[in-house]
Amino acid sequence: MTAHAPVVSIASRAEHVQRIVTPGGITAWLVESYAVPLVALEFSLRGGAAQDPADKPGLATLLAGLLDEGAGPYDARGFHRAIDELAIHMGFGADRDSISGHLQTLSKNTDKAFALFKLALLDAHLAETDVARVRSQLAAELKRDANEPDAMAAKAFREAAFPGHAYGRPVRGDLSSIETLSRPDLLALRERLFAKKDLKIAVVGAIDAKTLSDHLDATFGALATENDLAEVASVALAGVGARHVAPLDIPQTTIRFGRPGVTKRDPDYFAAVVANHILGGGTFTARLFREVREKRGMAYSVYSQLNEYDRCPMLIGAAATKNERAGEALRVIEEEVRRFAEEGPTEEELDKAKKYLIGSYALRFDTSTKIASQLVHLQMDGFEPSYLDERNGKIAAVGMEDCKRAAKKLFGDGGLLVAMVGRPEGV
Amino acid sequence: MSPSTASPTAPHKPGAAGDSAGASANISNFKLDNGLEVVVIPDARTPVVTHMIWYKNGSADDPIGKSGIAHFLEHLMFKGTENHPQGEFSDLVAELGGQENAFTSYDYTAYFQRIGKEHLETLMAFEADRMTSLLLTDEVVTPERDVVLEERRMRTDNDPSAQLDEAVQAALFAHHPYGTPIIGWQHEIESLNREDALAYYRRFYTPENAILIVAGDVEAQEVLRLARETYGKIPARAEPPRRNRTKEPPHRAHRLVSLSDEKVEQPAHERVFLVPSYKTAAPGEAEALETLAHMLGGGATSALYETLVVEEKCAVGAGAYYLGSAVDDTRLWVYATPAPDVTLEKLDRSIDDVIRRFIEQPIDEDHLRRAKTRLVADAIYAQDSQASLARWYGEALATGLTIEDVAAWPERMEAVTAADVTAAARKWLDKRRAVTGFLLPADEDA
Repeated sequence: MTAHAPVVSIASRAEHVQRIVTPGGITAWLVESYAVPLVALEFSLRGGAAQDPADKPGLATLLAGLLDEGAGPYDARGFHRAIDELAIHMGFGADRDSISGHLQTLSKNTDKAFALFKLALLDAHLAETDVARVRSQLAAELKRDANEPDAMAAKAFREAAFPGHAYGRPVRGDLSSIETLSRPDLLALRERLFAKKDLKIAVVGAIDAKTLSDHLDATFGALATENDLAEVASVALAGVGARHVAPLDIPQTTIRFGRPGVTKRDPDYFAAVVANHILGGGTFTARLFREVREKRGMAYSVYSQLNEYDRCPMLIGAAATKNERAGEALRVIEEEVRRFAEEGPTEEELDKAKKYLIGSYALRFDTSTKIASQLVHLQMDGFEPSYLDERNGKIAAVGMEDCKRAAKKLFGDGGLLVAMVGRPEGV
Repeated sequence: MSPSTASPTAPHKPGAAGDSAGASANISNFKLDNGLEVVVIPDARTPVVTHMIWYKNGSADDPIGKSGIAHFLEHLMFKGTENHPQGEFSDLVAELGGQENAFTSYDYTAYFQRIGKEHLETLMAFEADRMTSLLLTDEVVTPERDVVLEERRMRTDNDPSAQLDEAVQAALFAHHPYGTPIIGWQHEIESLNREDALAYYRRFYTPENAILIVAGDVEAQEVLRLARETYGKIPARAEPPRRNRTKEPPHRAHRLVSLSDEKVEQPAHERVFLVPSYKTAAPGEAEALETLAHMLGGGATSALYETLVVEEKCAVGAGAYYLGSAVDDTRLWVYATPAPDVTLEKLDRSIDDVIRRFIEQPIDEDHLRRAKTRLVADAIYAQDSQASLARWYGEALATGLTIEDVAAWPERMEAVTAADVTAAARKWLDKRRAVTGFLLPADEDA
């Protein structure tokens, strides 16, 4: 095995990234490229659903959903039509720890696209009638998910993993909470979250640094300097070893499992990435895929992945198998986790996993929107553009002992928090 | 096969099989001596290549009583060949840092990898091998059939709205195989075996029936050379296989299909019209249907959304969609989610009123212009993704269109007039050619 030789050698990615600091103090990463006449922008503001007041879950989601529903001189219909006139793609969303937005435009419409984006960001009306409409759409989504197995499993898992913590509350709220969400609530949350502090921006496409700098100041320059975030306590995933079943009359049981993870700042993080890839990563070679799907035909989809909220790193995974085999599937998964913690990987598995992780990194950078998204996430995680060139070396440097150590840290005694939806047998 | 296989049904932007005239000029198209078609789509922005092989057969070509065989075979194509045992190809793709998958639709089945461009030749050699040397044993076929049954449970049997969709399609197509789900009916999947899969494989997996699409930082002539050295070695089989499909009789009766289930808390409405596809339509008609569907229900400025959601407030969501890529006559969907306390019957009448406007009243020229701007721009946005371009070209060619058809799509969309849209609405949004589906809570039968 050639631990330090990347399978695919690529010229520096970092050197294509221009770091822009505007006169107005806005920072952004730009990849300038004229191959396609498009400009893509992505931004993220720290503070998503975790900043919802405890009795008002869903507020950040509702706020994000209202930004393009009427702004500046336009009512909701006028704003959507203005976007359509120029064939602009624009959207906003709220996650656990952030509110994000994206803009993509034909380069010939860049000026107008930024102007509309600014209106959404700074001058959305959040009018009562629009609030009522978007809230009713959110309610319909929640009703659709009320008996949807994946959504139910996520809920059961979240509530068991984070009792009493913001992470235990639903990002999109629940049917009773969203009825109470009002315009004053939305104004207050926007006031707290929308600021230059913790604002991360990436732009990819047919635009030069000077032009972009002017647009960024015009678009984001009027934001307040400081945000006002409530402290979110660090938390460890609770309930490891417990099994929760939400009964539902369906033929197949959905299984969600997890345990505490490893943060991106942990010295063993890359070793943990390698270990997880071998256990349940998204290739046909992963142990869970081979044992649960290929050998036993027990599930169509089975995987594990490292997930990280701002205040909680996790390992989570999922599978779905007919009720009659749910207990058996769960035992196989638990056994694989435990065995990996005890024995670690084989040399061959370690070598192949590293080669995959190194070689496939390039696949994350093949469209402008994917590149912009990668660059925003790197900034959110506090990395510099140099990470783009260093990352594969860190994977390559993971040795057998590193991987075994990380596996012990990540998989521990193999205990899992499990949430199931269906009529599982044998559990 | 795969962690995220196949979503057969997921309809994606149909006619958006587009590209601007400028870029399409660079697309190369060859035919090997054995009949295999080759398309090369240049994208010099990254050192990554997308390699796809498309077969011009899908679930609508499943033999009677063997529904699901096209999709089952797709899974079994990952089980190894005479030259490369199970796992060798997937192991290699992963080791080279590539990602792979496959999908089955009504009219085609496709396999693809995305990988560093220097590995293209290796993949072509393995994929060419898989076209002729598949090796199946009961030991691998039986558990994989269970995987497919789990896939069906996950997609359909656990989900009342997917069950309604299945029933609506079955009602819409009284005789044509588009009425059968891509994944197959459970009782027929359970009976599929190794011999069925091999018979289907031998019939359809031939160079005459395949299209190779390579997108990425590659030279067309180099791809052609590699294709000759790999796929080109496969002997011609003679004529391409025939798709033997039953034809749909004339439709005269509107049908209402309703499904009530205790798991349903949010009712929903859908209506599906039987309409011509890009392949079967008279010149300009599919483009008019594409435009009509967009004006009717493409996003927040569409007639359905503005009328039902913003003005009447009888719905919280509404839209429409034209599945233009199909070998035979296809579907145009209209759907809506009712506001609380609005019955599906009431919503149905409001939808009728909006449709009637397109039939009886002059088309709003501003709206038409906005719709065309959006649709034509999709062709430019498409250039940002080599994988999407590869998929759109593959889908077009596999449903009987040509590279030229795809290249000229933006021009043909530009040419759509208000009169064309009105004519399409009058001719095709005829309820007698439609099925309406109601999704209802347990105690509310329609």
